[in-house]
Amino acid sequence: MVNHVSLSETFNKDEERVNWHDETLWWIRQKRDKAAWQIPEWEELREMASQIKMNTLSNLHDYLLQFEKNALANGIVVHWAADADEHNKIVYDILTKNKVERIVKSKSMLTEECHLNHFLAEKGIDVIDTDLGERIVQLADEAPSHIVLPCIHKKKEEIGELFHRFLGTPEGNADPQFLTAAARIHLREKFMTRRVAITGVNFAIAETGEFVICTNEGNADMGAHLSDIHIACMGIEKLIPQRTHLSVFLRLLARSATGQPVTTYSSHFSKPLAGQELHIVLVDNGRTRQLGRPDFRNSLKCIRCGACMNTCPVYRRSGGHSYHNAISGPIGAILAPNLDMKEYADLPFASTLCGSCSNVCPVKIDIHQQLYKWRQVLTKEGHSPAAKTAAMKVMAGTLSRPGLYRFAGKAGRWFMRNIPWLTNNRLNPWYKQREMPAPPKESFGEWFKKMRK
Amino acid sequence: MSREQILKAVKQNQPDSEGLPDGLGFAPIVYDDPVQKFSDVLTGIGGKIVRIESTTEIADYLKTHFTEGDRFVTVLDNIPGLEKLQLPEDPRALDGIEVALIAAEFGVSENGAVWVTEKVMRHRVLPFICQHLAVVLDPATILSNMHQAYEKIGQEDYGFAAFIAGPSKTADIEQSLVLGAHGPKTMTIFLLS
Repeated sequence: MVNHVSLSETFNKDEERVNWHDETLWWIRQKRDKAAWQIPEWEELREMASQIKMNTLSNLHDYLLQFEKNALANGIVVHWAADADEHNKIVYDILTKNKVERIVKSKSMLTEECHLNHFLAEKGIDVIDTDLGERIVQLADEAPSHIVLPCIHKKKEEIGELFHRFLGTPEGNADPQFLTAAARIHLREKFMTRRVAITGVNFAIAETGEFVICTNEGNADMGAHLSDIHIACMGIEKLIPQRTHLSVFLRLLARSATGQPVTTYSSHFSKPLAGQELHIVLVDNGRTRQLGRPDFRNSLKCIRCGACMNTCPVYRRSGGHSYHNAISGPIGAILAPNLDMKEYADLPFASTLCGSCSNVCPVKIDIHQQLYKWRQVLTKEGHSPAAKTAAMKVMAGTLSRPGLYRFAGKAGRWFMRNIPWLTNNRLNPWYKQREMPAPPKESFGEWFKKMRK
Repeated sequence: MSREQILKAVKQNQPDSEGLPDGLGFAPIVYDDPVQKFSDVLTGIGGKIVRIESTTEIADYLKTHFTEGDRFVTVLDNIPGLEKLQLPEDPRALDGIEVALIAAEFGVSENGAVWVTEKVMRHRVLPFICQHLAVVLDPATILSNMHQAYEKIGQEDYGFAAFIAGPSKTADIEQSLVLGAHGPKTMTIFLLS
């Protein structure tokens, strides 16, 4: 079965790569710390962002109407999609209506969530992802492994090989500067020739009907401004009430994501270019359901910075693909079960509950607490892994019988001392990538009794 | 209709209304020397600061630092030595511009960003499609932080506007920073005192 454990095992086969992945993401976490420490009011900013998002979620109905009204007045066409399928059809309808078969797309985790590329490919539409990292994983026929750093799981030699195959760069050249220059030329031709651009949305402002897209590469702007039709796709939770609130979120986003003071471009789209069509697709796809779960609705505050992934001791060593969901890491693990409890039942267990994710979250989502709560919901609903359920039952039985507990402890210590291979073998999941500790001579209970004498 | 269905579900499932914070509950950082801080931050993110006394120095500077003979354009009036941009019918014809000179309304020290609106860039794609971007900025307009920035922007009416902070860049290949992803490879800010 494909789950977090089996996929992590695959990723862990290449120890050198895992170590590189782990250290690189930790380095980005450290850059985030340095950036945050330069802002004395950082904690107040996080609190304010969290409160603004709470206000948004608790008044989402009215803000959606306000946004729609203002966007329409700005000349933007507004679409509503209940689920991924409807979102994809809306996009496809715009393309067929305009007889367009080749498009460019900048980064949008929503379109990943909706599997838009796959849907359009089946209809014969050629989609080119223009973010460098996303283009790389697209050429490799893979999904992004990180929401901000899509190809963080790839080594430059593999990218050089991909570019050699698809873009005709010299074999064996893996220089990042050279490869980026090659991608620039390759993608500029796409920007110049494609009539439709799809983008994501970082923030949409109810008060003004405008939306903001943040990139470092400038690919969203190149696509959107050179297109005849710009389609921006967003989850309904991307709203914020007022333009002035952008000051709070733009101060937090890039610092949390990569440690930059701000992204190179924070582009505010308010009205279509003269002669251009501008569309917005507002997507639910389970968000209203999550809004109705008091324990989990805070997850909708997420601004997709990826800080929780960079700091997570599990994510750093298991890789983004081990989460088998468009959004990986701790935040993905609390969003995914809302989409499909059975399919993503493994994800809330892919955590040590250390709480580091909650500590760095710029909008103060209680991520590790939600992971813990999802475990309880999933277990009650009968979705917890079978082996874990059996083991937990044995443990509960043992812990509730003091005599049995003392006997089991003694027996365990005896076996570990005298027949070590019984525990040090492949059948014991605790033995994987670990040495078992030396068994203590006596239990704490025995030691305590002796000391009391 | 999905619209009604979504709105109904939102209304049903959203929690009791919680108010917005009453203004900023804290004093955001203000720098003693915003111009120096702006210059330091912009340089740190790959931009370049050039202090000038008069706009007549701009063309000379650009011609010594970029390839003479390439297309240098400006949207500003009265910049001797630079071609005043005539907007082509098809914006794709802007590809091939080596250096584009525009003006920013103000700068922000904390992140090295400048605020530019559609009105001053003439076409939205201009600051993105050029190989090198040059911006004239009055140092007296430089603010400390983003809260001051949005206070200044207020209810300004624009079709498109952007904060631009440095040259376009990517670190997608093994986290090696490369300047010049899809947009300009360099950004030069002329501080006109």
